[in-house]
Amino acid sequence: MVAPLDRKLVRDLWRIKGQAAAIALVIGLGVLMQVMMTGLVGTLDETRRAYYDRYRLADVFVPVTRAPERVAARLADDRRVAAATTRIKGQALIDPGEGALPIRAQTLSLPDEGMPRLNDIYLAEGRLPRTASADEIVLLAGFARARGLSPGDSLDVTMNGARHRLRIVGLARAPEFLYTTAPGEMVPDDARFAVFWMRRAALAAAYDMRGAFNEVLLTLERGETPQALIDTADRLLAPYGAAGAYALDDLPSNRFVSEEIRGLKSSAGTVPPIFLGIAAFLLYIVTARIVQAEREQIGLLKAFGYSGVEVGWHYLKLVVLIALSGAVAGSVAGIWAGHAMAVFYQTYFKFPFLVFTLDPVSFVVGFTISMLAATAGGLAVVRHVLTLTPAVAMRPPAPPDYSRTFDLAGAFRRWLDQPSRMVLRRLSRYPGRMLGSVVGIAAGMALSASTLTVVSGFNTAVDLSFNVMNRSDMTVSFTHPLPRKALLELGRMEGVLRTEPMRVVPAILRNGTRSYRGTIEGRPRAPALNRIIDARHQPLELRRDGITLAEPLADILGVAPGDMLSVEVREGRRPVLRLPVAAVAQTLLGAPAFMEIGALGRALNEPERASGALLTIDSAARETLYQQLKDMPAVIGVSRKADARAALVELMNTGPGSVRYVMLLVAAIITFGIVYNAARIAFAERSRDLASLRVMGFTRAEAGFVLLGELAIVTLLAIPLGIGLGYGLTWAIVEGFSTDLYQIPVVFRASNYGAAILAVVIAAVVSAGMVWRNLTQLDLVTALKTRE
Amino acid sequence: MQNKDRPTPAPIFTVSSLSKVYGTGPAAVHALRGLDLTLPEGELVVLLGPSGSGKSTLLNIIGGLDRASSGRVMFKDRDLTAMTEAQLTRYRRDHVGFVFQFYNLMPSLTAYENVELVTEIAADPMAPDEALALVGLEQRSHHYPSELSGGEQQRVAIARAVAKQPTVLFCDEPTGALDSTTGRAVLKVLSDVNKRLGTTVLIVTHAAATAAMADRVIHFADGDIREIVHNDAPLGAAEIEW
Repeated sequence: MVAPLDRKLVRDLWRIKGQAAAIALVIGLGVLMQVMMTGLVGTLDETRRAYYDRYRLADVFVPVTRAPERVAARLADDRRVAAATTRIKGQALIDPGEGALPIRAQTLSLPDEGMPRLNDIYLAEGRLPRTASADEIVLLAGFARARGLSPGDSLDVTMNGARHRLRIVGLARAPEFLYTTAPGEMVPDDARFAVFWMRRAALAAAYDMRGAFNEVLLTLERGETPQALIDTADRLLAPYGAAGAYALDDLPSNRFVSEEIRGLKSSAGTVPPIFLGIAAFLLYIVTARIVQAEREQIGLLKAFGYSGVEVGWHYLKLVVLIALSGAVAGSVAGIWAGHAMAVFYQTYFKFPFLVFTLDPVSFVVGFTISMLAATAGGLAVVRHVLTLTPAVAMRPPAPPDYSRTFDLAGAFRRWLDQPSRMVLRRLSRYPGRMLGSVVGIAAGMALSASTLTVVSGFNTAVDLSFNVMNRSDMTVSFTHPLPRKALLELGRMEGVLRTEPMRVVPAILRNGTRSYRGTIEGRPRAPALNRIIDARHQPLELRRDGITLAEPLADILGVAPGDMLSVEVREGRRPVLRLPVAAVAQTLLGAPAFMEIGALGRALNEPERASGALLTIDSAARETLYQQLKDMPAVIGVSRKADARAALVELMNTGPGSVRYVMLLVAAIITFGIVYNAARIAFAERSRDLASLRVMGFTRAEAGFVLLGELAIVTLLAIPLGIGLGYGLTWAIVEGFSTDLYQIPVVFRASNYGAAILAVVIAAVVSAGMVWRNLTQLDLVTALKTRE
Repeated sequence: MQNKDRPTPAPIFTVSSLSKVYGTGPAAVHALRGLDLTLPEGELVVLLGPSGSGKSTLLNIIGGLDRASSGRVMFKDRDLTAMTEAQLTRYRRDHVGFVFQFYNLMPSLTAYENVELVTEIAADPMAPDEALALVGLEQRSHHYPSELSGGEQQRVAIARAVAKQPTVLFCDEPTGALDSTTGRAVLKVLSDVNKRLGTTVLIVTHAAATAAMADRVIHFADGDIREIVHNDAPLGAAEIEW
């Protein structure tokens, strides 16, 4: 037997179903964001860890020029090393055929028998090369898919200056290539960088590495940290041209993936709480009002003999049920959305499998916040209402007291008709409620405005990168730094309009205990084809006596212009430089450091050398130029700006950046939910007044004015507040989205705010329309007979 | 009270075969069952009967708040049953005043402003002050409803209803929520409005004593008129036994 109060509860819920659904939706979306983001981050983190584990990814990588096999045994004997293996690694160039640019590739050795001990590969298709085969390869699956290649196809490859025709026998994924970028480039592009594996004997023959290796892979014993081992390895292998051992953390693929996950994690830490907070605030306001509207019934229930606790519990159940159903729906949808996003990321990161994890904390947080907001809203009012004596409720309700309110309308008496005075007096009579609605709508608008700003920030990033900063058509990289003569040669080629040299050297930058392993880019003092810009997007000239850092790099190192920095160059004679920070540049991709190319050359004792060049070309002569570049043995890679641009757009649309679209949708729904609720509540509270006006002979439009005028004023007040809130919220969201990998520039555009305002106005008009329909259906007789 | 023949003024309402059914099928409730009635202008009429007898339904239909299921209602020479929603609004605005049991004042407007609410849109209103003087509340005109007693609120409601100088004033249980002294005062105001302005006043009530002040008493039962009684010597409101 259901208690009568519970039946009342069910019917009350049914009566306010529209509004209840709107509240549940808003709270549900807050919880959804929370659960989705934490689930996604957990899943990606766990999947990466499991993938690395299962395929035995090394903890330390030790590249050398060429070392005999016996040297590796000495490293393997170190007590901190759990496992060690050597391999051969080479640069190659794939010729995709007539009229196309050559593609850079990296080739790696597989042991002559079986699978690698460390850095194993996941064979997605086909088989491994036969033991003694000289021309069979396993190709990176991502590249194969991007180029439409499959087992059975052949590739023309230049390795160590000799051309080979290689047969694809299998396709593989590898944990060390989750994210593939051509050396010197930031943005991954499956189609423009290849990795393939061959049996060791074949590769040793191609690169003249018989009995030798050029990379050692190490895993650490439990509890050991990589740094000490790195130092040992560098010392031990110094005679063999050690380029500097590095830890897994500095493996480019892992660094990128970590950065993306870190970025997601930080968005998960900032964005959902904002959404949830706004949803909770709305829930508080709405539940308070729903309970307020039940005032008389509460008095009556008490008159029947129900205790204050019973009545209070009854209404708490109402609001908690709404909040709970929203939280449950949000959790379920959040789990689903988290899964969907994880599957989406699986493709993006090329994980062969996913380890789904759910963070119970996110549910607890989501539920707790919803419950607290709902009960706080309900309790505040229930407590007030319970102080009423039943007798008060049995009498016709006293009209709300307007006599002690500051009479805003009275001040403008002369210009206002009575309906306008009603609107103004009500707003000034209940400033708390009005403020609640204003802040709620403003918060919704701020959410839309800041999400839109972030969305257009992505577009600004693309625009700045490829229209403001990089003005070249293509970038050519050389196998090794070439003298000035090579650049002049390039400039004389048919179709080349202009050239600009660049020099990229690997380096470790240190400031005290802070360090960063990256590159130094040498550029002309005032680069024309690849500009460096300051925070105001103005071109920056490089000083000869210092180093210019990208903003995120300056943050990582904790330095400002004027501070001294220690720079360990990892190429050539490996100088260690002490340089002052000359300037901080605004960059969008990566965390580069810049030096004037002449100064860099002098520091390296290799003046006037370039490791690559930027070109502007005559597009009519493009194909001849490609052919000429392919025939230049010193050219290891050519990339077109158009491809890089497409890759960046792709990165932003498929990577973590895609979350912004989900956010935009959620922001729009929340905005609408808030506005609609404000309109619904106003209508519910005023239906009797509206009926009275209609009875007196006011037309629907005239009566509607009293109701919708209030909504209009609240909306108008919310807009400027929303602009202010949006400004602050944007920084919070951008902070969450930006990573070392890419930064989102914040550019406040009138159009974004216009769109957000428009969204609020549309939400207000649609809500007004829905309430208007209720107004036209208002049963005058019933509305008048009901006591408030 | 006696039923006598006397000359009848021109009718203000002519109701013929009026029916009102709520709901359909076996659950249908017949609130009015083919009612016929002619009401002359200028009288104070009391509609008496137990709750559910149809008196409020009739009031709502001839007041333009509700629609008949069948039959016809003529207001002077105009057919209310054929009017559009907009025409009914116009009718209420120009010709009809309403007074309800729970006053239905706008809490955010003062007594004066509540009256002004109507005078702003009426065709030929009296001054709000005049209307308030009529109900004896000229001294309280700048008070909000929350500062007025129940009887005072009801008198403001009457002032608001008569300020537009309506042709007819409908009162649905106007004293239902009031004690006897305040109730009498309210009835006196209604009677004054009838006498001094010549407004036709229709009062729905189940308090039989009110009948003593009416020119005509219509007794309702089961959705139809049981009896119409003319009263040649209506009592003043002060003399009514409560």
